[in-house]
Amino acid sequence: MVSRSRSLLTAVAAFLLLVVLWELAKLVLPADGVTVGGTRLLPRTGDAAMPHVWTVLERLGTPEVAGAGSRTVGAAVASGALFTLGLALGGLVIGGVSGVLLALIMARFGLVQRAALPYVVASQTVPLIAVAPLVAGWGGKIHILGWAWQSWASVMVIAAYLAFFPVAVGMLRGLTSPAKADVELFRALAAGWWTTLLRLRLPASVPHVVPAVRLAAAAAVVGAIVAEISTGTRGGIGRLIISYAQAATGDPSQMYAAILGAAVLGLVAAAAVGLLDVGLKRYRGSVS
Amino acid sequence: MTAVELEDVDKRFGEVHALDGIDLTIADGEFVSLIGPSGCGKSTLLRIIADLEQAGGGTVLVAGKSPQRARVDQEYGIAFQAAGLLEWRTVAENVELPLQVHGMGKAQRRARAAELLELVGLADFAASRPGQLSGGMQQRVAIARALAPSPRLLLMDEPFGALDEMTRERMQAELLRLARETGAAVLFVTHSIPEAAVLSDRVVVMSPRPGRITEVIGGCRPGGAVGDIDDVRESTAFFEAITAVRESLRKAHGS
Repeated sequence: MVSRSRSLLTAVAAFLLLVVLWELAKLVLPADGVTVGGTRLLPRTGDAAMPHVWTVLERLGTPEVAGAGSRTVGAAVASGALFTLGLALGGLVIGGVSGVLLALIMARFGLVQRAALPYVVASQTVPLIAVAPLVAGWGGKIHILGWAWQSWASVMVIAAYLAFFPVAVGMLRGLTSPAKADVELFRALAAGWWTTLLRLRLPASVPHVVPAVRLAAAAAVVGAIVAEISTGTRGGIGRLIISYAQAATGDPSQMYAAILGAAVLGLVAAAAVGLLDVGLKRYRGSVS
Repeated sequence: MTAVELEDVDKRFGEVHALDGIDLTIADGEFVSLIGPSGCGKSTLLRIIADLEQAGGGTVLVAGKSPQRARVDQEYGIAFQAAGLLEWRTVAENVELPLQVHGMGKAQRRARAAELLELVGLADFAASRPGQLSGGMQQRVAIARALAPSPRLLLMDEPFGALDEMTRERMQAELLRLARETGAAVLFVTHSIPEAAVLSDRVVVMSPRPGRITEVIGGCRPGGAVGDIDDVRESTAFFEAITAVRESLRKAHGS
């Protein structure tokens, strides 16, 4: 518990340091940035480019647009972040489950592993920007029992597509991690494949899978945000960042407020995985 | 009945002739050591008996059955040089593993594990993690695990090879006592001449390329003579056995 509260303190300290650096940059560097021979070396630090931290925080509490009845920026960011979090977690679950299943099949059948692994790796080199319209396009043609494909489903599929990779690779590494002697012990005990999986390979894979899921959670959040933007899905933080960014020249702190929301969203997703880590504590230790 | 019967066992790994014409019988309750230089095939022979390797030719019977049948029926328990305990299980849960794999009920295997940990003197460590134990203690847990299904045969591949000399001597005494109390036959692979001499009813000396049995020497406790192992270590019979094994190994090397 001591180390846990300590790491929390370190995280808070790191955040404060970031704030201090930000403000220091504004204070010390010239407002128009530094240009040498037409090439900008340091960015503008004026209020229009880098608003004060407190201005950003203040903006959270003020209405989105001037006039009565408008919700505050904070409320908009929070609802957008929640919407995106839901899609990202849904994607994480779908991607995680399919990653685990594929890893199990690959671990069971060497042939599948040799055949599929290169494609699993290759799948991640296809740029997300190229995948997103494809998914949206295919999805648009799907109608199941009267349910028409929604654009948020495309976002979830893309988040799953990104989350899938680290889980599949981490799980496969974990499943094949037991030492030869341990595998032989189970053979000597006349344990079948399922028993060996349950009593040896799955427990041994936990130290590999937990960091993989943490990566996958981050990837799912980024994937969901980018996918929202490229599929034009409304309601999420991705869309919010874009529409605030379009107004950034006049109101830069609004955009930073949305970016702050995206960062908090990533932290929440990581914390959710942290819970998983706590639950599986007994199986950690050999790695990490 | 015999624990192990080998007749004309042969094994090749590609070009390497690992074992050639191995004949060996181990009686129930007998303690037999396999000794020889590296590469003489002693570990391979043990692995064939354990059904972790297939013999290339000849007959292998373990408790009167095929090695595969004997493995499934848990006729043998096995311990390697590395204790190989599962980190995420407590000491007691590690001992229970063979019983759990074979579907024994929880209460029953709890009781059996407690009994075995008592036997190896680790009752106080039942709830500890393997990582909290010393090397010698971990190896005792591994032996308790091997003994859990009450096997007729204990296969041990240099189990004390990684231990310091003092711990090693204590473990030898412990092992002899356990073998006697459980009545299990033991096939013990080792590099150490004194270890083979002090433990065994018979010492089987092997030579490499191809792996053959060159001589079988009576240990210093023929017929399973009971006595304080430390007395045995100082007895003339012990030194005679050591000399005999050493000379046999030298002869096997053809010098």
